[in-house]
Amino acid sequence: MILETRNLSFRYENKGRQILEQFSLQADSNERVGIAAPSGFGKTTLCKLLAGYEQPETGEILLDGKPLQSYKGYCPVQMIWQHPEQAVNPRLRMKSVLEEGDQIDPKLMEKLGIEPDWLNRFPTELSGGELQRFCIARALGKRTRFLLADEISTMLDLITQSQIWHFLIEETQKRGIGMIVVSHDAELVERVCTRVVRMNKQ
Amino acid sequence: MKEAATFPEKRLDVYTEKNFAENEEGYRKKKWNRRKTIIVLLIVAIGFLAAVCIGGFFCKEAAQVTDFSRKNLPPCLSYPFGTDWLGRDMFARTVRGLSISIIIGVCAATFSAVMAFILGVVSATMGKTADAVVTWFIDLVMGIPHMLLLILICVACGRGLKGVILGVALTHWTSLARLIRGEVLQLKEQIYIKTAKKLGKSNLYIAMKHMVPHLLPQFIVGLVLLFPHAILHESSITFLGFGLSNEQPAIGIILSEAMKYLVTGKWWLALFPGIMLILTVVCFFTTGENLRMLLDPASVHE
Repeated sequence: MILETRNLSFRYENKGRQILEQFSLQADSNERVGIAAPSGFGKTTLCKLLAGYEQPETGEILLDGKPLQSYKGYCPVQMIWQHPEQAVNPRLRMKSVLEEGDQIDPKLMEKLGIEPDWLNRFPTELSGGELQRFCIARALGKRTRFLLADEISTMLDLITQSQIWHFLIEETQKRGIGMIVVSHDAELVERVCTRVVRMNKQ
Repeated sequence: MKEAATFPEKRLDVYTEKNFAENEEGYRKKKWNRRKTIIVLLIVAIGFLAAVCIGGFFCKEAAQVTDFSRKNLPPCLSYPFGTDWLGRDMFARTVRGLSISIIIGVCAATFSAVMAFILGVVSATMGKTADAVVTWFIDLVMGIPHMLLLILICVACGRGLKGVILGVALTHWTSLARLIRGEVLQLKEQIYIKTAKKLGKSNLYIAMKHMVPHLLPQFIVGLVLLFPHAILHESSITFLGFGLSNEQPAIGIILSEAMKYLVTGKWWLALFPGIMLILTVVCFFTTGENLRMLLDPASVHE
């Protein structure tokens, strides 16, 4: 599968700051594309566009030649957010959070180091890093074809970071899931990805 | 240098094992006490309100019996609230009046809260035009003085029980509607709700699983806190003569009639019904505030 953007332009408000202009990118299912840029270059915005959370002003986003918007129901492009505590409902137990994903393989939890005891807890009773593992597991549903990782390891210690990245590389390779890794950490991107794209300020 | 030398000593002093154990115990005791107090207060408040309601049901006859052999009696053992100039038992009249007030309060507050909920959700989810219309109505109703609008609606609807309930209901929905609207607007922007949508969940699922659990506590607390307002407004317009008719022993009627006799020294006619009215309002208010504390996630860890 190929995820592709053509001449993408975007700004949040009419006549607001131009965040992306004429941005084009192509990513294949069997590669891991890294996007490295300093803060304020529109990395998160690009992720939101690619995952369908926002509509581009001009240009198009195609998944296998079809517009992303034409995929109804479960979106094959899933995004993992930078702040896991905002990405889970504080009133639901972690069990129900995981149930929202698409038939998640129980083996994933073991590989991510999720303890069975955590499933009965509320999000406020877990740390950011522990929550992030749940968010990763939730995004790796059966029908996921592309994974967008937006600064997912910023809040983790180095050992956990390495565990999670090893897991993600192995899992995406095995299942043929394409990955787009966004980070301001150029070294991490260099290490994890098969190809690196740099964003330039207009 | 001197301070640096004394610092560790001080810390040791604070964290001796004994102190720590005492703190721990004190903390646990306090936590347990607060929850217990809230629940006891809730039970007392609900018990009082239920007693008034049930009492009012049985006092219907007693409140209207006139007996000139016992007129103008000050409070005594057989007539704890005294009797009035027609020899009616003030205790029975007060309880009956309060129970009418509570029923009006419950009806009006429920009607008002349901209206607020529907309008709040409509304004937050049905697009810009709906939002503009509902917000305009909220501003309109809030802009007119409460009492004036209440009297207007009440008189236009033919006074009596129906007029009072409609009047109170139609003037009290605004702040709760605004709250619900804001809450839904905020929820819609939450990342976890957008993510649920991308995970292929239907709007109904999101509403039931993500939105309702957030809105329900707000709604219930808003509803309970509407009761005291409704009761006070009901008695004020009745007191002013625009509410319930004179034959009904409503608390507003009792108070306005007692005004004429207050100057002749019959203080018990206004004092006891007034105190009872305040007690009822305070009961509803504490119930609401305590419910808020129990349901509010922010105070869970207190």
